Amino acid sequence: MEKFLMGTYDVIVVGAGHAGCEAGLASARMGKKTLMFSINLEAVAMMACNPSIGGTGKGHLVREIDALGGEMGINIDKTFIQSRMLNTAKGPAVHSLRAQADKNQYHIEMKKTIENEDNLHLKQGEVIDIIIEEGKACGVVLKTGACYRAEAVILATGTFLAGKIFIGDSVFESGPNGLAPSVELAERLKEYGLPMRRFKTGTPARALGKSLDFDKMIPQHGDEDIVPFSFMNDSLEKDQADCWLTYTNEATHDVIRANFHRSALFGGHIEGVGPRYCPSIEDKVNRFSDKERHQLFVEPEGIYTDEMYIQGMSSSLPEDVQQEFYKTIPGLENLEIVRPAYAIEYDCIDPVDLKISLENKHIENLFCAGQFNGSSGYEEAAAQGLMAGINAVRKIEGKNEFVLQRNEAYIGVLIDDLVTKGTNEPYRIMTSRAEYRLVLRQDNADLRLTEKGYEVGLVKNDRYEKYLNKKEVVRLETDRLKKKVLKPENVNDFLESKGSTPIKSPCSLYELLRRPEIKYDESFVIDEERPVLSSHQKTMMEVQIKYEGYIDKQKQQIEKFKRLENKKLPSDIDYHSIDGLRIEARQKLSDFRPLSVGQASRISGVSPADINVLLIYMEKFRRRKS
Amino acid sequence: MEDTIAAVATAYGEGGIGIIRISGNKAFDILKDIFEPGGEFAEIVSRRMTYGKIVDKDNNEIIDEVLAVYMKGPKTYTAEDVAEINCHGSIVALRKTLGLALRKGARMAEPGEFTKRAFLNGRLDLSQAEAVIDIVKAKTDKSFDVAISQLEGGLSLKIMEIRQKLLDVLVDITVNIDYPDEDIEELTYEKLEENILLIGEMIEKLLSTASTGRMIREGIRIAIVGKPNVGKSSLMNSLLKEIRAIVTEIPGTTRDTIEETLSIRNIPVYLVDTAGIRDTSDKVELLGIEKSKEAFNNADFIIFITDGSRPISSEDKEIGKYLKEKKSLILINKSDLGRVFDDDEIREIAGNHDIIETSLLNGKGIEDIEEFIENMVYGGHLSQKDSMMVNNVRHIELLRKSRGSLEDALKMIASKEALDFIEIDVKNTYEYLGEIIGETVSDDIIDEVFARFCLGK
Repeated sequence: MEKFLMGTYDVIVVGAGHAGCEAGLASARMGKKTLMFSINLEAVAMMACNPSIGGTGKGHLVREIDALGGEMGINIDKTFIQSRMLNTAKGPAVHSLRAQADKNQYHIEMKKTIENEDNLHLKQGEVIDIIIEEGKACGVVLKTGACYRAEAVILATGTFLAGKIFIGDSVFESGPNGLAPSVELAERLKEYGLPMRRFKTGTPARALGKSLDFDKMIPQHGDEDIVPFSFMNDSLEKDQADCWLTYTNEATHDVIRANFHRSALFGGHIEGVGPRYCPSIEDKVNRFSDKERHQLFVEPEGIYTDEMYIQGMSSSLPEDVQQEFYKTIPGLENLEIVRPAYAIEYDCIDPVDLKISLENKHIENLFCAGQFNGSSGYEEAAAQGLMAGINAVRKIEGKNEFVLQRNEAYIGVLIDDLVTKGTNEPYRIMTSRAEYRLVLRQDNADLRLTEKGYEVGLVKNDRYEKYLNKKEVVRLETDRLKKKVLKPENVNDFLESKGSTPIKSPCSLYELLRRPEIKYDESFVIDEERPVLSSHQKTMMEVQIKYEGYIDKQKQQIEKFKRLENKKLPSDIDYHSIDGLRIEARQKLSDFRPLSVGQASRISGVSPADINVLLIYMEKFRRRKS
Repeated sequence: MEDTIAAVATAYGEGGIGIIRISGNKAFDILKDIFEPGGEFAEIVSRRMTYGKIVDKDNNEIIDEVLAVYMKGPKTYTAEDVAEINCHGSIVALRKTLGLALRKGARMAEPGEFTKRAFLNGRLDLSQAEAVIDIVKAKTDKSFDVAISQLEGGLSLKIMEIRQKLLDVLVDITVNIDYPDEDIEELTYEKLEENILLIGEMIEKLLSTASTGRMIREGIRIAIVGKPNVGKSSLMNSLLKEIRAIVTEIPGTTRDTIEETLSIRNIPVYLVDTAGIRDTSDKVELLGIEKSKEAFNNADFIIFITDGSRPISSEDKEIGKYLKEKKSLILINKSDLGRVFDDDEIREIAGNHDIIETSLLNGKGIEDIEEFIENMVYGGHLSQKDSMMVNNVRHIELLRKSRGSLEDALKMIASKEALDFIEIDVKNTYEYLGEIIGETVSDDIIDEVFARFCLGK
């Protein structure tokens, strides 16, 4: 086939899923002429699995993406159909926002945003090869023979790469949702020596809403007060849709057990490693045989469709079995499947082959993001896409990598975990993965990151000014609350009404607000002359006042952590020449090339003794230089 | 700023004088907290040796009379603020003083850490750097090996048991936080409190057996066994450094158990010289043998002496049977007369114990034996009967920290603070205990979450 040059860009993004979209937008918004490819333009920002954005840990990621100038938060605010803040009974650090999306709208809005972005070009086409010259990625080849050149290439291939779908006994090559897979590119990447592996994920069936009996299910409403994802939105109004809860029972489990032998998972057809946090229903029945019921949520896929997502019922059993077990579930007796559940296996890279900037360690200027890196989830993908986009631009401009530390963002935890520790299953963020959870809250993501986003050039003036204003408003109001001293006779009635101990001597409102039972919003009755604050502003201020002590404690831990993170390791260090390092550590460090002593300490196979040796070596090195 | 570290800075010697060194920004505060100056210089002045007492203010116990000095950084060994306390009383006092400093906020220094700080703060020149690397490496690796070997016994099992319980609690907390929508049992404060109290008791129990304390206060009982005329009395005399038991060439001279109290490198030791265990019809000797068996059973530690110049006898085998279950040291004596069996052969009959070759009449091997006993006691290798012994100062410190974290967690539970705050203290406890057995942070919790709960989309 004849090849021909069709154009030259600064950055090319392969894939337009959640990672690809953020990567392309970030690159274009930082001023680079950027080209994005999708195998099918209907797949841009496609939500191939659950119709929701956010949740524990994931909601934090969305807020961080937003604070850095990414698009996910803005897009879900435009297209959500239900919003809930989870975990409100727990501490503010684990409050997690989750929104149900109108999938189609989500795709349309994101596509529109991309199309309207200057510098950004979106094309349909299958990339079958990466052009590599002198060890540097510098373009792509399409199936048609068209070649495009660029200074950096970002791979965000999701589950398309050598995708294979399993429905019962039926196995066929396919991308997600019946789209074409990307087979040739998978072959090329292996030839280039990238350490590829097979992962697996799955999605439950979609059912027709009118075939369901919602009277037999428990409705799940959205929150009355909607909290926007994006810091750019002060408030949102919407008529919200409901989700529905129902349960499996022993009869369901009997059907499943009787058909274990027909499952692709048990039949041994699938070689890919699946995530433990989304087991198929047959897996749940098999592993937790004493559990009498499993819950499942019925969630609308959108406003303009009657399709419903059956959360909790992902399965690789054949269609007839699926139909059979649904008959046993209250409300789903007559369920009509419109899209069967399937499992999908795909190629991805071992992420330890990546630098912390998400650039490949062996092919320069090749950046990688999303499921390609072994992660799972829209939010995890978007976060990496954003960082890969930023870092590709910085690489082209000859700037150093933009890295978020574990104490600065969940994004930092996510990427450090992936590239430093690697993963044996599709990686999902959890709040328990973060060591410094109390400071990595969703309410302060802008405080942590917007300044940085502004410095890298992704946060534009409107967002930056809004952020500065929020900081200032919160500062002024906090000061006012400290100065606002209240007399016992004026507040004790209020305190008692809230079940709070009365005061004996005058006390500032700031002090009173430190009590868990006294809420800022409710305390207006003892506080005239109160200014109007947005919900983002109020939340941030109240959390700061109430949890100051804990947060300070964690900040001390962070100071300690940062000492090792701030000790940077030169990239040309010859670990094999460092006396005292164990052989295993020399090998591991040579392969990994960690950025800092802190990162080195998290590599498996590097002991505390090795770290001490490294510290001493570093000091020697520094003194030789000076 | 680095944290403040403390350790005994001198090698353990006979004299009972030793120096505790404390380095870091809290050095002076800690010194003021535990040291009461006395005499004519009743205040602490930088770089002036001051006489006074180390006092544990928590129970008003005077631990030792000491000389202490405080040196403001950076012109000190580590270039940090340094306090040094010269203890005089005994190793017990030295250990107690160190323990007190740790309780008041210092962290136990890692091997080579003073030197490392000295280097990192620019106090050593480049040529010394290579040496420092060797020291740090050798010591750290060694301490790690020691930690592993001594922990093969009951302590590590106990710690693992407590950690498993903590892990269960952590998993309950994590799953409640990270999976709010799942159909799982809600973790109540009552249940949480109950579990944490239980774990607290386990740690408390472990700590109560703790110490160098008991062993050093009460001493250890060492029984010397071996067939007649193998050199038991010689050993006892060498350790006592005077002739007490009658040493003759006629087997069976020691007909009764001889008990002596002595101090080996400042550790009180009850040494029991037994009459040997063998078949006999001599009534006097029979009585002695009964007593020997009793002494044997009551001992914390056995020294089994064999005669290396003669083949292993049936008596050796008889004694060997008793040794398999006991912490023991095997001496192959009379090494000057030539060896007729090798280490493996004796281990086969007596178990896999350490072996020291001696020639007791010439005093050869005595140093090694003393050192062995010292290491055993301070390294926490020795567990006394029916109780878990925690002797290693580092372990005690970590157990104390674990207890402290759990107390914090309980306070938070009492005031019904959010789960994610409580989790921090529980996790700290888990990590402190992990440090004892050399297990650092890992994905334990997340693995366990998926193993125990049915979660998914």
